Amino acid sequence: MTRLTIPKTYKLYIGGKFPRSESGRSYEVLGADGGFLANASLASRKDARDAVVAARAAVPGWSGATAYNRGQVLYRVAEVLEGRRAQFVQEISSSEGVTAAEAGRQVDEAIDTWVWYAGWADKFAQVAGAGNPVAGPYFNLSVPEPTGVVAIVAPQGEASLLGLVRVVAPALVAGNAVVVVADEAHPLSAISLSEVLATSDLPGGVVNVLTGSPAEVAPWLASHSDVDALDLAGAGALEWVDLEIAAAETLTRVMRPEPGVPERSLDRILAFTETKTVWHTKSLI
Amino acid sequence: MTMQTTALAPAERAIRVLGGDLTERSLRQYLEGLSGVDAVGLEQRAASLATRSIKTGSKAWALDRIIELIDLTTLEGADTPGKVRSLVAKALHPDAGDPTTPRVAAVCVYGDMVPVAVEALGAAHGDPDDGLVSVAAVATAFPSGRASLAVKLADTRDAVAAGADEIDMVIDRGAFLAGNYGTVFEQIVAVKDACRRPDGSSASLKVILETGELNTYDNVRRASWLSILAGGDFIKTSTGKVTPAATLPVTLLMLEAVRDWHRLTGEHVGVKPAGGIRTSKDAVRYLVTVAETVGEQWLQPHLFRFGASSLLNDVLLQRQKLRTGHYSGPDYVTID
Repeated sequence: MTRLTIPKTYKLYIGGKFPRSESGRSYEVLGADGGFLANASLASRKDARDAVVAARAAVPGWSGATAYNRGQVLYRVAEVLEGRRAQFVQEISSSEGVTAAEAGRQVDEAIDTWVWYAGWADKFAQVAGAGNPVAGPYFNLSVPEPTGVVAIVAPQGEASLLGLVRVVAPALVAGNAVVVVADEAHPLSAISLSEVLATSDLPGGVVNVLTGSPAEVAPWLASHSDVDALDLAGAGALEWVDLEIAAAETLTRVMRPEPGVPERSLDRILAFTETKTVWHTKSLI
Repeated sequence: MTMQTTALAPAERAIRVLGGDLTERSLRQYLEGLSGVDAVGLEQRAASLATRSIKTGSKAWALDRIIELIDLTTLEGADTPGKVRSLVAKALHPDAGDPTTPRVAAVCVYGDMVPVAVEALGAAHGDPDDGLVSVAAVATAFPSGRASLAVKLADTRDAVAAGADEIDMVIDRGAFLAGNYGTVFEQIVAVKDACRRPDGSSASLKVILETGELNTYDNVRRASWLSILAGGDFIKTSTGKVTPAATLPVTLLMLEAVRDWHRLTGEHVGVKPAGGIRTSKDAVRYLVTVAETVGEQWLQPHLFRFGASSLLNDVLLQRQKLRTGHYSGPDYVTID
C-alpha cells in the first residue's frame, strides 16, 4: 500500500512561535529542478512590525544574561543543529541543486560557525574593551554593549543556511535580538533553523525569521524607529541606498551589502555594539 | 422577612421605575426579573464586532477620539506627588513631539492625590468638553470596598472637597453576591449624596462593578441596573486590580443596559471599561462596540471613558506611524 506523504507547512518564526503570515499570503518554493518543493509564508510589513516588537521584548533578557551563559546557549544551538544534520542536507540539496556532499560541507561549516561565535561570547569584550589610562585616581573602563534590535537581510541566492548563520550568529553574541529576512528563493533551511533555535535554549523573540520578499519587507524594517541597527548583507540587489537613507532618519546603524556569504569575523560582532565608558574611583577615601 | 419590606432610600430613578413603595423586596423582584443573559450569543456578538477593520482616515479619527476618552490613571501604593505631576503633564501634552495631539479626558488618582493633581492642572482643570482635563478620584475604600459606610462617605467627601470632578466608587461585592441588593443600593445612593458640593452642584459618580468578581453575566446585568437605578452617572467595569478586568463581552452587556435605560427613560448613562485595555487595536474594538450598541453620540467624554495607563503610549505610537509613515518605537514616547 502506498503512503501519502505529509508535506511540512513552512511558517514564520516570531516571538518563539511559528505563526502564518498575518496577511495570510504564501508563495511557492521551487527546487533547483523547477519542481514544487513547499509553500512558505510571504511575510508582510505587519509581520515585520510584530517581529520587531517581539525582538524588543527579548532584548532585556538576552542582553542581561551573562556572557558565559550566552556562549553556552549559542553552543547548544550548534549541538542541536548537528543532530538535525541530515534534514538540512536534504533540504539544501533539493533546494539549491547541490550534491549531498556539498550540502553536507555547508551544514558542517554552519555548525562550526555557531561554535566559533559561541566561543567569542565571553571573550570579545576583552578584545574590544579597554582599561583607559587617565590622569587621576580613577579606573576608566570602556566596554562594548549590545545595540538592541538588529534587522538583517540575509544573503540571497547563495548557500542558504550558511549565509543565514554567518549574519545571525555574530549579531547574537553581544546580546542583540534579531529580525532576519531569509533567502527569498531558498527559505526552507531558515525555517528549519528556526525549529532548531526554538528547541535549543535561546529565549523566544531573540531571533525572529521572516520569509518572503526582502524588497517588500526591508524598507519597513529600515525606517522602523525601534530598529537600532540594519545589516544589509544580502540587500545588494535592492535599492539599498534608499534603505540606508530611511535608516538614517532614525539614527540606525547600517552595514552595507557585501557580495556572497560573509566570512566569520570579530568585526561583525563589534558592528552591533556600542562602547560604554565609565569612570570609577580607585578606592574609597 | 421584615428586612425584605424595609423601605430603601428614595432614589429618584428607582422610584420612577419601581414605584413609590421602594423596598428591598421590590428591588429584588425587579433585578431578578431581568431576563437572563445569553452568554454564547453575547460573546459571539462581541467577537463579531471585534473583527471590524478600521483603516486610514477612520483610524486617525479613532486614535484621536480614544485619547480624548482616556482617564489617564495611576493607582499605586507607591504614587508620589511627583508621579502625579508627571501624569498630569502627560495628560496635558500626551505627545511632546506633536502639539496637535488632543488632551485626555481626565486623570484618575487616589483621593489623597487630588490636591496635587488639581494644582498641577492649574488653569487646564475643567470640563473635557471645553478641552480641559478633569480630576477623577477613586473613593469608598478602593479597590476592595471593605470598610464601613461612614468611612466610605468620608473618603468620598474628602475627595470632592479637594476638588475632584468625578468619583469612582466600588460597590460592596460581598453584599451583592450575598444577595443583599438593598445594602448595595443604599450605599450607592449615600455616596451619590456625598458627591454634592456646597454650591449645589455635584461630582459625577462612576460606579465600579468589578465584573471580574461577579462571576456571571446575569450578575453583571443586575449590578448594572442596580447601579443605574441608584443614580450612577457612569457604570465602570473594574478597578484594574482584579483579573479579568474589562472584557469586550462584559462591556457590551453594560452598554446594552445603558441603551435599554435610555429607551426606557431617555436618560444618558455613561460606561467606562477599565483595566486590561493596552493596545489601540483593543480600544478601537471598544469604540466599534459603543457605536454599534448605543450609537456614536455615546463617543464623548461625558458618556464613555477608557480607564487606562499604558494604552495611551500605544495610541501615540500608532499616531506617529500615521503621521510619519514609518513604525515608531517605545523610545519615542514618555514612560510615566
